[in-house]
Amino acid sequence: MSIEILMPALSPTMEEGTLSKWLVAPGDQVRAGDLLAEIETDKATMEVEAVDEGVVVELLVEAGSEGVKVNAIIAVLAEDGEDPADLIGRSATAPAVQDDPVPAPAPSPGKADVKDTKMKVAEPPLASAPAATPQTELSGRATRIKASPLARRIAKIEGIILEGLKGSGPHGRIIKKDVLAAVAAGHTQPAMASAVQMSPQTLIQPQILDDRVYAPDSYELVALDGMRRTVAKRLTESFMQVPHFPLNIDVSLDRLLDARRGINAAAPDGVKISVNDMLIKASALALMAEPDCNASYTDNGIAFHKSAHISVAVAVDGGLITPVIRHAETKGLAEIATEMKDLAERARTRRLKPEEFMGGTFSISNLGMFGIKSFGSIINPPEGMILSVGAGERRPVIGPDDELIAATMMSLTLTCDHRVIGGAEGARWFAAFKRFVETPESMLL
Amino acid sequence: MSDFDLIIIGSGPGGYVGAIRASQLGMKTAIVEKESLGGICLNWGCIPTKALLRSAEVLHLAKNAKQFGVKIGSVDFDLAAVVKRSRGVASQLSKGVNHLMKKNKITVLKGTADIEPGKPAPRVNVTAANGEKTSYQAKNVILATGARARAIPSIGLEPDGKLIWTYREAMVPDMTPKRLLVIGSGAIGIEFASFYNELGSNVTVVEAVDRILPAEDAEIAAFARKDFEKQGMTIHTGAKVSGLKAGADSVEATISVDGVTKTEIFDRVILAIGIVGNTEGIGLEKVGLEADRGHLKVDGFGRTGVPGLFAIGDLTGGPWLAHKASHEATICVEGIAGSNQSHPFDASNVPGCTYSHPQVASVGLTEAQALERGRPVKIGQFPFVGNGKAIALGAGDGLVKTIFDAETGELLGAHMVGAEVTELIQGYVIARQGELTEQDLMETIFPHPTLSEMMHESVLAAEGRALHI
Repeated sequence: MSIEILMPALSPTMEEGTLSKWLVAPGDQVRAGDLLAEIETDKATMEVEAVDEGVVVELLVEAGSEGVKVNAIIAVLAEDGEDPADLIGRSATAPAVQDDPVPAPAPSPGKADVKDTKMKVAEPPLASAPAATPQTELSGRATRIKASPLARRIAKIEGIILEGLKGSGPHGRIIKKDVLAAVAAGHTQPAMASAVQMSPQTLIQPQILDDRVYAPDSYELVALDGMRRTVAKRLTESFMQVPHFPLNIDVSLDRLLDARRGINAAAPDGVKISVNDMLIKASALALMAEPDCNASYTDNGIAFHKSAHISVAVAVDGGLITPVIRHAETKGLAEIATEMKDLAERARTRRLKPEEFMGGTFSISNLGMFGIKSFGSIINPPEGMILSVGAGERRPVIGPDDELIAATMMSLTLTCDHRVIGGAEGARWFAAFKRFVETPESMLL
Repeated sequence: MSDFDLIIIGSGPGGYVGAIRASQLGMKTAIVEKESLGGICLNWGCIPTKALLRSAEVLHLAKNAKQFGVKIGSVDFDLAAVVKRSRGVASQLSKGVNHLMKKNKITVLKGTADIEPGKPAPRVNVTAANGEKTSYQAKNVILATGARARAIPSIGLEPDGKLIWTYREAMVPDMTPKRLLVIGSGAIGIEFASFYNELGSNVTVVEAVDRILPAEDAEIAAFARKDFEKQGMTIHTGAKVSGLKAGADSVEATISVDGVTKTEIFDRVILAIGIVGNTEGIGLEKVGLEADRGHLKVDGFGRTGVPGLFAIGDLTGGPWLAHKASHEATICVEGIAGSNQSHPFDASNVPGCTYSHPQVASVGLTEAQALERGRPVKIGQFPFVGNGKAIALGAGDGLVKTIFDAETGELLGAHMVGAEVTELIQGYVIARQGELTEQDLMETIFPHPTLSEMMHESVLAAEGRALHI
């Protein structure tokens, strides 16, 4: 029997990914544990390992194919003693091996989609007509909707979102009748218009440069990779969907810097605690002190997280990723520093596992090293707050006896999801955080 | 125990197409026919009349050959040969249906059928020509008995088979009537009027409503009327034949036009005043059904309300067209087979064709119907005279009209008159079925030089963008 290599799910929510690179070629002998291919998802690149031994017969998905469905057959191995020549083409014509409804991978589904996307991007947005062009089609393959031109036009006029509508035309195509039914349903029972739910994707306007304004040869267009696409989508959703507000405070850093010097002097070789590591710890402890703030808004209720998983924004080439220090409230500074160093390094080479950048409950973004005095960040859903850390700098401040003194100060902004965190809760969290930073010993308690 | 999964009564374009579809879906199928396979359409309707009209067209071209630089001596026709060809075409196609029944393993039961209560569907009794009666039980029964010409005996509008004809006699004439009266100007009346006019008859058409081809768009109908009158036809609209008196070899007709009543003598009269469903003698009353104004009421999938009993085609009402029957048969059979893919029958997507000279074809709403909806419309028109192919064909008379919803761009209706428009209309039918908007049609490439370019131009005209006018 031949062995079919399936597209792996790198995370529980992954539905498709990009097969960025093959590490084997037809005819190669592989052993269990050998690396077969690189898969790129939202935020990570991962290698697919061979589980069985055999000879690579066929690669069914071209390198660079986007949108390869999880569990699609991507390659075929011949077992020992099998003649690879006998197997060529067999799997491609026998998709019935799959029980689930995921379509079998024609060798180039991803490729076709790429072309598709390009064509759509090339459409001049100001050209006379495409009134009926669905905005959702531009937001990516996953939301491609089959609908007749007339259905699209009527949906646009009536303000009906096609996404989620059931199509009664051939192959599930949404036709006029279906849209009119949605219009009727919407008019008679607006509260139950679940079929026409608004979703942020459908509100997002297509973003295209008009050729008449920006000549195509006047810039270089770099295709979006999985990370860029995800960052764009998630942050747009966050900014549109989350009612956010900022809180600002200044904290004095002098005692924290003193403590850091002492700690680093005593730390084991190779361990160096950064200010940021200490802010991670302070944030985690503040979340424990003000557990109301360690929360996520959901449609079913507010989720109060029991542990502080701190996401730390790391700038990487072509985007941003937020590895997570789990249970940061329980970890010592050395542990946090060591873990952070490893995570940041692997983030930069895109070698993080999904569970390493998912599941945070609070985020920290630090631009202090760039000299930024103060800034606000966009909430990283479903987290309830994000802390923006400015540069530590020497500033004149008014001392306890009204005298002017010099101190190392830092400005911070806390952006909060108002659905879960009120101004008072945010202020209490900030007060607790300030206490930990300004009296670092208390972090030891 | 059932003898068949499905018995279809009637083998016209509804019945036989339904039978083939049923067979494709794996049903054990029988079809009952008392005459020739193919029903009226193949034997006494669509097909033989098209053969006759083709002869008339050839005659017309021959008469006008000079216009094309072709020299032909004296031109004449042989009526018997024209009719013989028409019968030959009908017979060839009926044999074709016979072959299709065999190929699809459909049992053909020769005889007259009636139904009586049964389980799970009504029982079907078939009485053969020799009076022998056989009873069958099927899981499902489709009535596809068709329709026949309407008559109004009270005022003498009743065929006698000799001087007063229906389509049936008009199709196998033994002479060319010198003076012909056609009562009714629907597709059937107009096609015969056009045919006999071409053969040299003095044709008078009487229509009760204010225009000919009452189902068509008023503008198109007016265009066609002008053309017919130019060819020598006499047309009375808003007129009425209140009496027919048959003599030895002529008929005296009492005609009221504009309030003036006069009598006129004709050699032959063709009754084309509508269609009534063949609802009698089937046993409808035995299963608790009754005809409603000559037709049997059904839902969009042909369900009659009696378990296991369905009806399609002319029997269920208009439009009385073969392709309507075929389509209904298909969705009815697919419904029986449990498919949920089909949509219920939608009369607004049934194209209508009249094969007169000039031809008339349409689909969807007329301008008047479109305006009745109370929504803004955009209308495009393009005359044949602006089309290169039409000029080259020597067919510069005609019009293509398209009606769109101004806001949604939906193609509400398309109406055409002129050469070959019956072959062109399908493009617009697909546009409607696929729910294309004016935008899609404008972006479609039409081959040059063809008559179809006018379909493009008409759409462009609706947007004020026509190129060749």
